[in-house]
Amino acid sequence: MLELKNINFDVETEGGNVSILKNINLNLDENKIYVITGPNGSGKSSLAKIIMGIYKPTSGNIIFNGEDITNYSITERAKLDIGYAFQQPPTFKGIKVKDLIKIASKKEKNLSETCEVLMDVGLCAQDYMNREVDKSLSGGELKRIEIASVIARELKLAIFDEPEAGIDLWSFQRLAETFKAMHEKKDTTLVIISHQERILNLADKVILMQSGEVKEITDKDKVLSEISRADDACKCSASCEKGAGKNVKCDR
Amino acid sequence: MLNAIDKKILETVADIHDVPQGAYNIRKNGKGESRKTTKNIDIVTKTDKPGIDVIIKSNTKNESVHVPVILSATGLTDVVYNSFFVGENCDVVIVAGCGIHNSGCAKTQHDGIHDFHVGKNSHVKYIEKHYGEGEGTGGKVLNPKTTFEVEDGGFVELEMVQIKGVDNTIRDTEVTLHKNARVIVTEKLLTYLNQEAESNITVDMEGENSSAQIISRSVAQGNSSQKYHFNMVGNNKCKGHTQCDAIIMDNAKVVSIPEISAFNSDAQLIHEAAIGKIASEQIIKLMSLGLTEKEAEETILEGFLK
Ligand SMILES: Nc1ncnc2c1ncn2[C@@H]1O[C@H](COP(=O)(O)OP(=O)(O)OP(=O)(O)O)[C@@H](O)[C@H]1O
Ligand SMILES: [Mg+2]
Repeated sequence: MLELKNINFDVETEGGNVSILKNINLNLDENKIYVITGPNGSGKSSLAKIIMGIYKPTSGNIIFNGEDITNYSITERAKLDIGYAFQQPPTFKGIKVKDLIKIASKKEKNLSETCEVLMDVGLCAQDYMNREVDKSLSGGELKRIEIASVIARELKLAIFDEPEAGIDLWSFQRLAETFKAMHEKKDTTLVIISHQERILNLADKVILMQSGEVKEITDKDKVLSEISRADDACKCSASCEKGAGKNVKCDR
Repeated sequence: MLNAIDKKILETVADIHDVPQGAYNIRKNGKGESRKTTKNIDIVTKTDKPGIDVIIKSNTKNESVHVPVILSATGLTDVVYNSFFVGENCDVVIVAGCGIHNSGCAKTQHDGIHDFHVGKNSHVKYIEKHYGEGEGTGGKVLNPKTTFEVEDGGFVELEMVQIKGVDNTIRDTEVTLHKNARVIVTEKLLTYLNQEAESNITVDMEGENSSAQIISRSVAQGNSSQKYHFNMVGNNKCKGHTQCDAIIMDNAKVVSIPEISAFNSDAQLIHEAAIGKIASEQIIKLMSLGLTEKEAEETILEGFLK
C-alpha cells in the first residue's frame, strides 16, 4: 500500500550538506503492523515526516495505493487517510481537547465517541474534554492527547512516533491494546516508531534503522532475542570482576 | 427607531438581538435613542455634559445594564461621559459596546469616557466590545477612556474585545484597588490592513491584599500596528500578574512596554510578554489532520482569541 523508492533526504546546514536519509526502499503491505526501531538520530522521525509530507525528499518517490504522492502537500496526504502522531506534539492556546478531536474526526463525533477516543489512550474523558491543549498539560497527558487525535481519524495508514514516551505503565498497557484493536477493527496499517518490547511484540515486521539507512527488515522474534542477549551481556559485563566483556556496549 | 444595520451592530457589540433585558440606554449618533430603568438601576442624563449617570442600588444582584452606542452617520465625532455608581454588595453585569457603521468617506469617531465607582464587596463584570463596519473610506475611530475605583473587597472583571473593523484606537484604562479588591482584565484585539491600536492599562494597588491580573491576547496582521503599555503599581501588600501575548503576521508591528513598580516590599509583581509568529509546528499538526494551511491558521487564531 505504501512504497518508498530510493528516498534520499538531505538538509543544508551551516557545516554543509547533511544526508539524513540514504536510499530508503520500503514496501509496506495493507493491514500490517510495522515497528521502526533503531538508535537515536538514526532517521526514524525523519522517515515518518517524509511519509506525512512534512519533509520533502531530495530524491525518490512515494507511492500510496498506486498513486504517486511525492509532491502532495500534508493536507492532501491527510485527505488520503494518512496520519502522524508527533514525537513532540505542539500545544495550542485556547483550543480545547474536544475541539482538537473534533477537527481530527472526519465525521461529527458524538460525545460518547469522543470520550471513547480519550479512554483508548487511558485518559478519563470528563477530566480532559474541556482542558486546553496548552502548556498546562503534563508531558504524558499531551502525548496521549496527540495519540488520541490520530486514533480519532480512522486512517488507512497511521504513524505513531514513540507513543510510549512519557506514558506510565498502566496507560501503556491500554494503549498497546488500542493499537491492536485499531488494526483489527479498522484495517489500519500501523507504523509505530518504538523501542518498547510490548510494542515490538505487536509487530508483523520490524524495520531496523541505523545512520539514515534501513539496516534490516526482520521479524520481532529476532529483534526481541537480540535485545535479551544484549541485556544479558550488559548485565554480565557490569558485574564481571575480571574485566571480561569490557567491550560489550550497554547502549540500549 | 432601530433599523437593520443598527440591530446588527447591537447584536455584535452587546450580544443582544432586539432590545436588551434589564436596564439599558441606547445612544445613536450622539443622541439618546431609548432607555429603560429598573427598580434597582436608575439612569439619569447628565446636565453639564453629554452622557449619563447609571446608579445601581446596594444589594442589587443578578441584574444587567446595557449601554451600547451606535454610530451610523458619517463624519460624526461623538464624545460621551458615562458614570457608573455601583452600591455595596452588588453582583451586576455592565455591557458597553460601540459599533460604527461608516458608509461615507468622512471620519467617524467615538470617545467614550467611562468612570466606575464600585462599592464595597460588589462584583462587577464589565464587557466592552468595539466593532466597526461599512463600505465607506471614512475612518472609524474609537478612543475609550475607562477608570475604575474599586472599594474594599470589590471584584471587577473587565473584558475588552476589538476584532478588526476599527481603524484607529487609543484605549486608556486605569484601575485603583483598595483593600482586598481584585481586578481581572482580559483584552482581545485583532488588527489588520493599516489599523492602529494602542492600549494603556494602569492598575494601582493601593489597598492591602489587593490583586490584579491582566491577560492580553492580540493578533496583528497586514500592515497594522499595535502598542501596549501595561503598568502595575504595588503600593501595599499585593499581587499582580500581567500576561501579554501577541501573534504577529505579515508586515505588522507590535510594541509591548511592560512596567511593574513596587513601592512596598510585600508587593509581588510579575510581567510576562511574548511576541511571535504562529509556530510552524502548530500549522503542520492541523494540516496533518486534514485542514488546509489557511484553515489551520484561522483555527489557531480563533482559539487564541477565544
Ligand atoms: N530539519 C533538520 N535539520 C537538520 N538536521 C535534522 C533535521 N531533521 C533531522 N535532522 C537530523 O537527522 C538525524 C535523524 O533525526 P531523526 O529525528 O529522524 O532521528 P530519530 O531516529 O527519530 O531519533 P530519536 O530516536 O532521537 O527520536 C539527526 O541527526 C537529526 O539531528
Ligand atoms: Mg524521533
